Amino acid sequence: MTDTKKQAMTLRVRRGRPGEVARYDAFEVPYEPGASVLDALRWIRENVDPSLAIRYSCINANACKECMLLVDGEVDYACTARLGSEAMTIDPLSNKRLIRDLVTDIVPPKEQLARIVIARKKKP
Amino acid sequence: MTSDPIHLTTDVLVVGAGGAGMYAAISAARNGGDVILADKSLIGRGGATIMAQMTVAAAVGHQAPDHWTKHYADTITAGRGLCNERLAAILCEEAVPRIFEMDAWKVGWARENGHMKQVTAPGHSVPRCVYVDFLNTGPAVAKCLRTQVAQGTNIARISGLSITDLVTNDGAVTGAVGFNLEDGAPVTIAAGAVVLAGGGLTGIYKRNSASANMGGDSYALALRAGAELVDMEFVQFFPIGHLAPRLVGMDPIMWDPFRYKLGGRLLNGRFEEFIERYGAQDAGKYTATRDIISYAIVKENEAGQASPHGGAWLSFEHVPEGELRTAFGPVIDRLLANGIDLTKQSIEVSPIALYRMGGVRVDEKMFAGVPGLYAAGEAVGGANGANRLSGNAIPETFVFGERAGRYAAKAARGEAQAWNARTAKSALDELRARSGSGAATPQRGVEYHGLAREMRAMMWEKVGPIRTGVGLADALTRIRAMRREIEAEPAVVESVFNLSLQDWFDLRASLITAEAVTLAALNRTESRGAHWRDDFPANDPKMELNQIVALDSGGLQTSWAPVCRR
Repeated sequence: MTDTKKQAMTLRVRRGRPGEVARYDAFEVPYEPGASVLDALRWIRENVDPSLAIRYSCINANACKECMLLVDGEVDYACTARLGSEAMTIDPLSNKRLIRDLVTDIVPPKEQLARIVIARKKKP
Repeated sequence: MTSDPIHLTTDVLVVGAGGAGMYAAISAARNGGDVILADKSLIGRGGATIMAQMTVAAAVGHQAPDHWTKHYADTITAGRGLCNERLAAILCEEAVPRIFEMDAWKVGWARENGHMKQVTAPGHSVPRCVYVDFLNTGPAVAKCLRTQVAQGTNIARISGLSITDLVTNDGAVTGAVGFNLEDGAPVTIAAGAVVLAGGGLTGIYKRNSASANMGGDSYALALRAGAELVDMEFVQFFPIGHLAPRLVGMDPIMWDPFRYKLGGRLLNGRFEEFIERYGAQDAGKYTATRDIISYAIVKENEAGQASPHGGAWLSFEHVPEGELRTAFGPVIDRLLANGIDLTKQSIEVSPIALYRMGGVRVDEKMFAGVPGLYAAGEAVGGANGANRLSGNAIPETFVFGERAGRYAAKAARGEAQAWNARTAKSALDELRARSGSGAATPQRGVEYHGLAREMRAMMWEKVGPIRTGVGLADALTRIRAMRREIEAEPAVVESVFNLSLQDWFDLRASLITAEAVTLAALNRTESRGAHWRDDFPANDPKMELNQIVALDSGGLQTSWAPVCRR
């Protein structure tokens, strides 16, 4: 394996719940040419801080479209955005309701448990 | 967290909302059932369907004369004597109406001169495989089914609902327990019938083409509810999955058509051709079968002749650029965007876990043997025997999904009244204990990932494309110990989007699934289809039997059963 040749880069990640003061955690993550931002975020969860909240499913195929966030302020998919060799800043989408850390509410309203509970209560 | 759980009631609960789950929901609703369709990811976005690349096999006979019995014959040949023939016949016969139904729902099957275009995939005797678009069939299928599900008036869709256990009462499945990922709230669902549609287990392997939620959930839920699994030793490895350099936004199994169409040379770490040393005729024709390529690459690795990342080189450097462009136009640009210029460099490939033939043991109604329990799609075992024919995975989601939903709806009417809250208590207690209490401890949970990594590496090395009795026995011992170790892992305190809670239940499911695969592989002392035993390289006609795995007092038990013939 070539792990030993990997360099490191710094990923600044926005943390916290709605209403909390913005906080950024800086993580030193392995850098390999071609790696994605999602690779780094998953590495953080697996090796440093599993409490980091992120949303993704297909990992690599850019098929599920669940991992959209802000990379240095630009909207992008974490699975296709390239990890840079210098520092990068990752934020949740700014136009969606924040749930926690990098997870925003992209669930269609009709697929949310709370709404289904209400809808079922209204049923005769 | 001792408040009452959120409680819902439905006729049919479908667990998993990929292609099979969505089809099951549509089918259950149109057969009169009130449906809850739940997925721990988003409806129609998680799972395997959305990642499917192309080719959906069905004998619609548009490209050339065909009949489902020919498709069936090809499926049986690929299955090396172990196909459940009744399930295989249902798969091949009903794939045809399902393809037409998807066509009526405007999925957009590729057309040529007004008819559906069909191509020949390996192992098929006629051009039989429909598709939507190169690299885009899965997303198109998922989108089409999402639209149909959304139009169903009796289908409640719940994204981000993770089912941790089924609930049984008096030997019947009566519902499920889970939690809402967004706020951690425990949920109980009373259901007249449950359809398991969260199949797929390739995530238990280090090298795989899986999405995040293909760690074997449905097999674990089925075992824990008292159902049986079948053929778990058979895992299909794709021989030339992408290994390096890092490639994003593309399917790791994309190299197959390149190799067939253009003739890619496979080279070992010393840049020598090696496939022919393993008994295959490859040079210039590239017709070596998948199993021989997988075997040869793994053996070269064992002999210390691997490419730098532990695979083999795949080279197209001898193919003129014009030819590459003609064959794969826009894909060449996507590769260049990944920094890969096929005219100037080789890439590294390796066998990767792609699919499993085994799964929940069901009858023709997709009934899993425990009253109230059904399975669909990749959760179902047996139709493909010891090896799956290319193109049979997506029809399996449609056909088995439609059947499971239909029969579950018929069985479910009025049955949700059988719910008894006391029977959900142990599963709820477990969920609450795992959710923890007190102050948040953010570092907790790294341990799960260490165990998960160890499991995936071990499954790859010892329960992968080439297996031996010694390696399998080692793996089995370690997996059993790991199943005990995770019970002692600390809870992770976080109520909002607690992925670590999800990780723990995922790992519990993966470990019991891994144990089922390993135990079944150890017992099968022969080589057949996708199961290769280096210590038993010959096929043993006496083992033309299906292996059954069941859970008994926490331990897995196996037995043999005659193959289900038509």
